[in-house]
Amino acid sequence: MFYREAGDFKTTYAADNQTFPILFDRYRYYFVLFVGVAIIPFIINDYWANSILIPFLIYAIAAIGLNILTGYCGQVSLGTGGFMAVGAYTSYKLMTAFPGLDMISITLLSGAMTAMVGVAFGLPSLRIKGFYLAVATLAAQFFLIWLFNKVPWFYNYSASGQISAPERDFFYFINIPVTGPNAESWAKYLFCFLFVFVLAWVARNLTRGSVGRQWMAIRDMDIAAEIIGVNPLKAKLTAFAASSFYVGIAGALLFTVYLGAVEVGEAYGITKSFLVLFMIIIGGLGSIFGSFAGAAFMVILPVVLRNILTGTMGWDSALATHFEFVIVGALIMFFLIVEPHGLARLWALVKEKLRLWPFPH
Amino acid sequence: MPEQLVFAMEVTLNGLMTGVMYALVALGFVLIFKASGIFNYAQGVMALFAAMTLVGIQQGRVPFAHVINEIFGTDIHYFGWEVPALLAILLTVIVMIAFAYLVQRFVFKHLVGQEPIILFMATIGLAYFLEGVSDLMWGSEIRNLDVGLPQGINDWIDVTTFEALGYGFFIDNLDIAATLIAAILVMGLIAYSQYTKNGRAMRAVADDHQAALSVGISLNYVWVLVWSLAGIVALVAGIMWGSKSGVQFSLSLIALKALPVLMLGGFTSIPGAIIGGLIIGVGEALFEFAIGPMIGGATENWFAYVLALVFLVFRPQGLFGEKIIERV
Repeated sequence: MFYREAGDFKTTYAADNQTFPILFDRYRYYFVLFVGVAIIPFIINDYWANSILIPFLIYAIAAIGLNILTGYCGQVSLGTGGFMAVGAYTSYKLMTAFPGLDMISITLLSGAMTAMVGVAFGLPSLRIKGFYLAVATLAAQFFLIWLFNKVPWFYNYSASGQISAPERDFFYFINIPVTGPNAESWAKYLFCFLFVFVLAWVARNLTRGSVGRQWMAIRDMDIAAEIIGVNPLKAKLTAFAASSFYVGIAGALLFTVYLGAVEVGEAYGITKSFLVLFMIIIGGLGSIFGSFAGAAFMVILPVVLRNILTGTMGWDSALATHFEFVIVGALIMFFLIVEPHGLARLWALVKEKLRLWPFPH
Repeated sequence: MPEQLVFAMEVTLNGLMTGVMYALVALGFVLIFKASGIFNYAQGVMALFAAMTLVGIQQGRVPFAHVINEIFGTDIHYFGWEVPALLAILLTVIVMIAFAYLVQRFVFKHLVGQEPIILFMATIGLAYFLEGVSDLMWGSEIRNLDVGLPQGINDWIDVTTFEALGYGFFIDNLDIAATLIAAILVMGLIAYSQYTKNGRAMRAVADDHQAALSVGISLNYVWVLVWSLAGIVALVAGIMWGSKSGVQFSLSLIALKALPVLMLGGFTSIPGAIIGGLIIGVGEALFEFAIGPMIGGATENWFAYVLALVFLVFRPQGLFGEKIIERV
């Protein structure tokens, strides 16, 4: 009844092409932003921040990044964990080498560094396609993790081989710590929220602009795209660069803001690559909203399961972990069977229904 | 003969044996990929599950004992009998066939015609699921697997090489047995697919799904068949790796070692899987031997991938893969 275009007249080209063409959607979007900025920071506590909100925001960035590469440009990557590690180690080296630097610059520089590494590992994608490429990206995953484990310069020759984040400020005139033990959870949350908001906005506009259309042309059929004048070298490498930039930022935030101390094989191993891949498959390939939905699903599901199994039913925690594997695996298969295009498609279907409701005929 | 060269020869020989093991895992991938286009990431977990089931049956463990004990407060672990190795292997084969049927019936039957990436994701889901089931069924402790394969250093090779070269090679009996069994298995598979009716049906499906369907071959039956064969290959791989280093979670990671083998050999070729396995096995052993100490060691984690990657840049379909023809 409220959810329709009728009566909402568009008078400019810009208005016609906006992300949320329906008034109700626009209000919902502003409402979510309002809740995110003005309400949650005041009521947030450590439990909610650490178990759901901050990981959700960070993984949403990683999922958008992988979605740019896999969902929009069609290049399957299993190297996400390795690229996240590049972001984390770059931020660590920057934090320890330049103590005066603020976190926003550090995080952006980490993203830029990861983008360069991503382009280097993206070069073979011009020759190698499909599953061969997916397996080839595993080379990046294993090589990078090995590199960070074996070269002591990366972890500043510390005895444990771990890296841990010192205390750093939000921005150079905002002296609120967002990393280290004294950082408050609302500051961490707002810091991540800022990145998510800006990066999602950029991603949305990248993917509907000329670069994004080139990516999608390559995804749909690369030879045909080449014939109509898309340069595959440029399209694929920009996709790798943009994707790695996002993934690198997510990796940096995961280390600096969320975990604080990291052992590389554990935090950025192959399971992380799969986790992010699950997010975009369950959320929906080629959809920004899908990246958010998938990230939320994969972050919340284990928390809920653990609460039910060990909390309510009182199971042994090892047993609950095994059971969690069974349920996550079964749910992934179930989702793929029922809706291979993910939560984003379900959401689109609901919206279609809503536009006609309550008079569907 | 210079000492370094003799060492290198020993390393090469051991690398070849490891390569056979990799090839064994890669074989399961190729079987399924050829017949159904599914890139089965769960192959490694299938090996783990098969080996766990074998140990469980052999030792007479009660399946799901942990779960039953947790829910009903009982304390049961063993049936109190022990099953001879051969019978246990037979029973495990039956379990793997049942597993193949269930996977086909409940998962992949509903995913026919989906994009390859979706099928691949489904097998990752399957891997998680099976890993959880395996832990729930048999527990997650390290188990010793003993089906009577010979173990320990081969004295004959040791003595002969010592007399000939002045240095005794260390070659494990188990590796020799694994090589022989793998060779027999591969020949058996090739004979099966060449000379039996089912094998012909398998090859027909691998060639062209729709043409096979139109001459009256049941796709469903063939797919259950290849999943069963892959399950049996996984069991053999599980027995080999399990006897070598115990049955534990890390067994499922051999799938990751088989992937570069597949890339190198081509996803669709059985000889490719074997030769790829040998190249990777020797390559990574020699690299670790020659370059590893200079750059910190543990290179076998990534060397295979980088080798395959470099290789692929020059030959994108692998050594023996079908030539990729692209049309608009």
